[in-house]
Amino acid sequence: MALSGLEIYKLLPKTNCKKCGFPTCLAFAMQLAAKKVSLDKCPDVTEDAKRALESAAQPPIKLITIGKGDEKLEIGNETVLFRHEEKFYHPTGIGFLLEDTSSEQDLRKALEEIKKLDFERVGQRIKANIIALSCKSKDASKFEAALKVILQGTNLPVALMSDEPPIMEKALEISKDKNPLIYRATSANFKEMAKLSKAFKAPLVASAPTLEELEGLVKNLNAEGVQDIVLDTGEKGIAEKLWDFTQIRRLALKKAFRPFGYPVIAFTKSEEPFQETAEASTYVAKYAGIVVLKNRNPWSTLPILTLRQNIYTDPQKPLQVEAKIYEIGKVSDKSPVLVTTNFSLTYYTVEAEVESSKVPSYIVSCDSEGMSVLTAWAAEKFTAETITKTLKRLGVKDKVSHKEVVIPGYVAVLSGKLEEESGWKVTVGPREASGIPSFLKNLGK
Amino acid sequence: METSKQNWTGKISVATIGATDKEGGTRSSQVTVGGETTLPYLFKEGDIPNAPVIAMEVLDIEPTDWPDALKKPFGDSLKDPVKWAVKCVEEYKAPLISVKLIGTHPDFGNKSAADSGKLIKDILQAVKVPLIILGSGDDEKDNVVLAKASEVSKGERCLIGDATEKNYKTLTASCLADGHNIIGESPIDINIAKQVNILISEMGFPLDRIVINPTIGALGYGMEYAYSIMERARNAALIGDKMLAMPFICLVGQEAWRAKEAKAPSSEHPEWGDEYSRGVLWEIETAVSVLVAGADILVMRHPKAIEEAKKYIDNLMRR
Ligand code: SF4
Repeated sequence: MALSGLEIYKLLPKTNCKKCGFPTCLAFAMQLAAKKVSLDKCPDVTEDAKRALESAAQPPIKLITIGKGDEKLEIGNETVLFRHEEKFYHPTGIGFLLEDTSSEQDLRKALEEIKKLDFERVGQRIKANIIALSCKSKDASKFEAALKVILQGTNLPVALMSDEPPIMEKALEISKDKNPLIYRATSANFKEMAKLSKAFKAPLVASAPTLEELEGLVKNLNAEGVQDIVLDTGEKGIAEKLWDFTQIRRLALKKAFRPFGYPVIAFTKSEEPFQETAEASTYVAKYAGIVVLKNRNPWSTLPILTLRQNIYTDPQKPLQVEAKIYEIGKVSDKSPVLVTTNFSLTYYTVEAEVESSKVPSYIVSCDSEGMSVLTAWAAEKFTAETITKTLKRLGVKDKVSHKEVVIPGYVAVLSGKLEEESGWKVTVGPREASGIPSFLKNLGK
Repeated sequence: METSKQNWTGKISVATIGATDKEGGTRSSQVTVGGETTLPYLFKEGDIPNAPVIAMEVLDIEPTDWPDALKKPFGDSLKDPVKWAVKCVEEYKAPLISVKLIGTHPDFGNKSAADSGKLIKDILQAVKVPLIILGSGDDEKDNVVLAKASEVSKGERCLIGDATEKNYKTLTASCLADGHNIIGESPIDINIAKQVNILISEMGFPLDRIVINPTIGALGYGMEYAYSIMERARNAALIGDKMLAMPFICLVGQEAWRAKEAKAPSSEHPEWGDEYSRGVLWEIETAVSVLVAGADILVMRHPKAIEEAKKYIDNLMRR
């Protein structure tokens, strides 16, 4: 946790000797807190103070990377308990559980299904992130064979699931250049698993049924030299998991409690897809770094990915699209011109409806600071003046031979003023985007 | 071992909907919500005495924009709000019915206050569970329609809404006179949410009869705005802000079933998979997101979504 200027001051020699170039130790401390100077400018700082400052400079929740390349998964390094306090940074990795007892053919089919869990929503790609392969067979050769199928069939990061160090070692041998996640170290096997984690430089899940035992296990792993850890509190009810995850996040953030300064992984308990989706989503909202699922239907995964996108959106900065003229379909100078705001949810909803209408159109997105139509109108960011300015600035009149513009039904009140200001003829469109297709089809009839 | 327990001093008020003959009404049961002294489902640092409840939604006109998957479970009853309400209670065991008088809106049929009054009376006759009564959102119309609805249901301790910052006086006066609970609505704004509650209470309305409608969006359609407003309001309430310490009501079904993901046919989006499950799950998932943020009353539509959301609530409440 970052220290304040005063907290840093307490660690300095307090001699005001000016060797750092600042008039007092306090002035130097303030600059340190603002990260404008580095500590080595003070020649007299003690070793103890150095260590305290260094550990304070570490993030309270460590960033853990799993996998390599474009598909690598980064989790942790979160700074708040509630998204409204700032924002959540590293979206929960959505994982899928596969078992080595499945046939090669079934594994390949599963990988194909997982590959399709890749969607575009409001201009962002949302998709599956990790495959967890469980050694259900307890047989090293079966596990290896299944792992090979996975490594061949996907670039997604993998989590290797076995409590047996010898089996894990063999699996790590063939997957070591993929930076897999090792699942898991327990009180029974932590020494061997720690060794493997270090030898293969792979992150390791620490798993214990209670928070007390988890604390002890992490301390043991740290003592063995393992620093890249993901926390797991085992199978239990949803409310109990919520409590565990909340405790872990609170202790890490509020008390700088190092043993819990890592992201957490959750496995769903429910088998049935509706309940599993609900359970998994609860963990996405409440602090899981990874959630591993059993079902992989598109219809049961899309809601989780969407919920993750919502929760991880920056509350201060709604997703925006560039304010410009978008051409939808094969437009001509006769095509209609629709205006809307630059809030991406608004824009993409309009875009999708225009597309489905099959009527080639221009959409002019006005800079409304990422607000939706009604909000932007209320905040005076979407007015006759701003629309007029946008039409001018983007040179819309050079694109079309007519001078007619369609505005959203919710801001029908703007029509008169807008006609006056812009000199364009204004047509009031539907209030909801869903009315656009029939509106466009009837336009000009 | 170190723990990090919050010492919450605030408590969400407890609202009771429905009056049995003991309380001077004709309901056969009551629904009680609120009373939390902790954040959602953190049982180890406070109490959650009442599980969230799901009200089933009934409209006063036949729905025009519902996809087939949503219409099917109700069959012909969708043409008759009274039959529809009966089906919800008898077949789907709804503990609470929410009647939305959307047909009184000038754009959707402009039904009269007298018509709505009769409908409410008939529903009160036909089903014995407590009622939520919602206006159409047209201020002028709501003022006459809801006043009538309140009058004909006097003594039944319904939950009636919505009162807004600009239009609260008539409804507050009605609910006060007729012994109902009231919903204060705010447009995803915590300050307005508080302001509405202050305005209502300044008219002498008891705080424990106010419920907050934070106006949620569906999953994928702005859900996160209300989610964060609810989390902020709950945190404020638990440290003692009484003007935000009311149960939340969330209109889950209405929002979820507007989403394209809920209603688009598979032919349009084959990549999204099974149409039926997708629609039902979009409603469940919208419910999940507001439950995690602290919702107390959910108004929902699809019987299967309701059944699954109920199962999930039972799971959450298992401590
Ligand atoms: S050099 Fe160190 S001891 Fe000297 S004034 Fe700067 S901070 Fe203080």
